[in-house]
Amino acid sequence: MIALGLVLMFAQGCATGPNANSADPLEPLNRAVFNFNDGLDRTVLRPVATAYDQVTPSPIKTGVRNFFGNISDVWSVVNNLLQFKIQESLETFMRVSVNSTFGFGGLLDIGTEMRLPKNKQDFGQTLGVWGFNAGPYVVLPLFGPSSVRDTVGTVVDGRVDLVNNLNNVPTRNSLAVLRVVDRRAELLDATNFIDEAALDKYSFTRDLYLQRRASSIGKVTAVKEERFDLPAPPAK
Amino acid sequence: MLRRTLGQLAALLIGSVMLSAPVVHAADEAPDALIKRLSADVLDKIKADKTVQAGDMTRVMALVDSQIMPNVNFVRMTAAAVGPSWRQATPDQKKRLQDEFKTLLIRTYSGALSQVSEQTIDVKPLREAAGATEVVVRTEVLGRGAPAQLDYRLEKVGTSWKIYDLNVVGVWLVAAYRTQFAQEINARGIDGLIVSLSERNKSNNASNAKKS
Repeated sequence: MIALGLVLMFAQGCATGPNANSADPLEPLNRAVFNFNDGLDRTVLRPVATAYDQVTPSPIKTGVRNFFGNISDVWSVVNNLLQFKIQESLETFMRVSVNSTFGFGGLLDIGTEMRLPKNKQDFGQTLGVWGFNAGPYVVLPLFGPSSVRDTVGTVVDGRVDLVNNLNNVPTRNSLAVLRVVDRRAELLDATNFIDEAALDKYSFTRDLYLQRRASSIGKVTAVKEERFDLPAPPAK
Repeated sequence: MLRRTLGQLAALLIGSVMLSAPVVHAADEAPDALIKRLSADVLDKIKADKTVQAGDMTRVMALVDSQIMPNVNFVRMTAAAVGPSWRQATPDQKKRLQDEFKTLLIRTYSGALSQVSEQTIDVKPLREAAGATEVVVRTEVLGRGAPAQLDYRLEKVGTSWKIYDLNVVGVWLVAAYRTQFAQEINARGIDGLIVSLSERNKSNNASNAKKS
């Protein structure tokens, strides 16, 4: 707990700076980890996920995605509550109840059809809503884009995760592997998009991650931008 | 015979002028109404055209140029992504930057076209005050799975509204490209950025050709 507090204090200290990359003081290290992850992804994870995506019949894929989605919804109920989003928490609780029973343990997503929307929230977002700054951008080995705050969030998410807490080791490991493949398959469109859209994949991924996270906790402040398409205003 | 043909031609001309009159009048429409009309029009056009859904680039480009670009201030959009260096760019550089940027955006977003057949757009009520000249129009794309956020920034130019930025699932497009462009300009100048953009477009072209 003390270590966690120290990490968060460190995050608060580093969040400001004059230069454009103030959100990424660890860039050289991050780039190295990013390249490592990218290499592993291109040689192992992406081919496996692509094969899974192409070979698996659609109803099974949907079932797998719904099943893991239902498991993550359980933790979203708690995080919505911790963020004082009472209605979202109740809705998600209803989702989990309906999907776990009538949806055969989450394989069918009846909740969405009943207009119970998914309100996905993890612990990093909860920390953000509580007022902790993201801190420096961090690329985690295997896990990918994160920040100091979200790293703490990911550790907590992992600790309470239902799959990780299964006692039967073979079942736990099989489910964990299937979940990784399913998540990677879900992200195929997004990573193909980044491949085509980016001039520099590292900074593009970083900027998308930071913007999305900030927007998901409602922390985007509108700045009045200078109109560079108009002549410069006279100097005072 | 000739007189009759000319008469028909005149009638046709007058008819088409009268038909286009409501379009001119529509310039006074509210920004959220514009987005609603534009989304519906473009979605209908895509749904009716299998070649567009399949990502046929010439057809997609034609659709974008005829339907979307007249409602976009693309100079402002490109200038905002390029940043302060835009003012130093020559007219020719500005034109090439816009062309390459447009191609890049259309190419990368056309990947989503194949999913359009089952999607609808829900435009949210406008939050800005009545006299505002810059507004954000919020929409949600409803299809399979969770609704996706799709927002637009618009400015009032004369009596009509022009889009100058869009937000896809929480990311503003211009902001996402600002660092990309700044990195290139700092390393190799405006011409360097133009070269990287055109190389990016060429390699996207090649990889798409390979896929189909």
